[in-house]
Amino acid sequence: MLAHYPYYVAAWVFLCGMYGIVRSRHLVHMVISLTILQTSTYVLLLAIGFRKGGYAPIFADISPGVVTVDPIVQALMLTDVVVEATVIALLLAMVVKAHEKGGTTKPEDLRYMRG
Amino acid sequence: MMILGIGLLALIAVSALAIVRTDDVTNQVIALSFYGLLFALMFFVFQSPDVALSQVTVGAIALPLMVMLAITRMKHREELKRHKEEKRK
Amino acid sequence: MNRRFRLLLFFASALGVGAIYCAGAGNMPPWGVYRGPYGDVIVGLAVFERHATDTVNAITYDYRGFDTLGEEFILFSAVTGVMLLLRPQKGGKKEKEESQENPASFRDSAALSEAVQVFTTALFGFSVLFGIYIATHGQLTPGGGFQGGVIIAAAPMLLYIAENTEAFTRIVSHPIVEFFEGFGAALYAIVGFVALLIGAPFLTNVIPLGKTGDVFSSGTIAVISTCVGVEVTAAFILVTYEYLREILEREKKEEG
Repeated sequence: MLAHYPYYVAAWVFLCGMYGIVRSRHLVHMVISLTILQTSTYVLLLAIGFRKGGYAPIFADISPGVVTVDPIVQALMLTDVVVEATVIALLLAMVVKAHEKGGTTKPEDLRYMRG
Repeated sequence: MMILGIGLLALIAVSALAIVRTDDVTNQVIALSFYGLLFALMFFVFQSPDVALSQVTVGAIALPLMVMLAITRMKHREELKRHKEEKRK
Repeated sequence: MNRRFRLLLFFASALGVGAIYCAGAGNMPPWGVYRGPYGDVIVGLAVFERHATDTVNAITYDYRGFDTLGEEFILFSAVTGVMLLLRPQKGGKKEKEESQENPASFRDSAALSEAVQVFTTALFGFSVLFGIYIATHGQLTPGGGFQGGVIIAAAPMLLYIAENTEAFTRIVSHPIVEFFEGFGAALYAIVGFVALLIGAPFLTNVIPLGKTGDVFSSGTIAVISTCVGVEVTAAFILVTYEYLREILEREKKEEG
């Protein structure tokens, strides 16, 4: 159980995010739940790349040749964190426009297109 | 070090549920900022300083800032509409 | 499909998906044991081949530089989308109505204390300097273009918090911010094309690698890191300005 503990936490966070999307009454609440869904992938990637007793893969003050954790998954996560924020900004711009045209922020009332 | 990692993962699981169950959107933004800081701490404990720096600047500061700006803009427009309705009466 | 039925359906499916996932996750290698060969290979090679001490940034900007080019264009197109959506629209009747009435005052009545104003205005310079340091030292210590860009872009918000709205508007709405965003993205692609001119594949490291540990080392990694820093700064400043544009214009109309 302890050997696979982070994988279970990743699944739990993913399902929490989906629960938020299904249950939400406000469009911004839905966008924030989408953010939480995206952070579950960081937990999974981090768990795959970790090595017990490993150092950080930065050789500014340690000599190359020591045992380190995996740097490739860190490179994947690094750009992902910054790009996610911009994509959420785009989604929020759509929410602002929907509120402007529709007049409401409930997802159920915005169902039919007008005009 | 492993015990710290296990405790942080449990705290992340609890925080995810807490954010999703919050109803008011402004409260959720503050909780999102705390969640981002927890993630930055987890990245640091798991020996990834680059990603921790990224997460602190983006996930705990820039992302809640943008959500707050969107909420402020929507509230501003609602107050404008209400002011116009009152003036018309 | 009403709410309760939707929630029940979600719980049933979540149980099913969770059970299948946990049964499958039990077969993965245990946490803390890293078996894959590529991480160890790159950690052994990156310092000697590229003279860069930060292995993660060497992977991001050199070994997998093409993926980072794609991610940067995701950022670019997302900012373009935000600017297109939130552009102020010139309608006919609506604008005349809004300009004739008196704008209401939306400030709250509490005044900002002077200590906060002085402190946040003084921190502006330090923030910009720290962001430039992080963005240009990406190949030596944790940092790089993405992190440094966000730190510099968060500095004008300090001016907005200190209620210095005029300085904030002048910095953030200057047309050179849009130029820098396109310039940063284009310079990354140009650095890749320079390698093509010499005869090497796209995005090869063709600038001479210096001594390990210097600021001007590891060839194109430092150049690409700075370009990405410029672009991310401009992108976040543009997004902030688009969201705040209506509120800023109304405050300017109030005062003037």
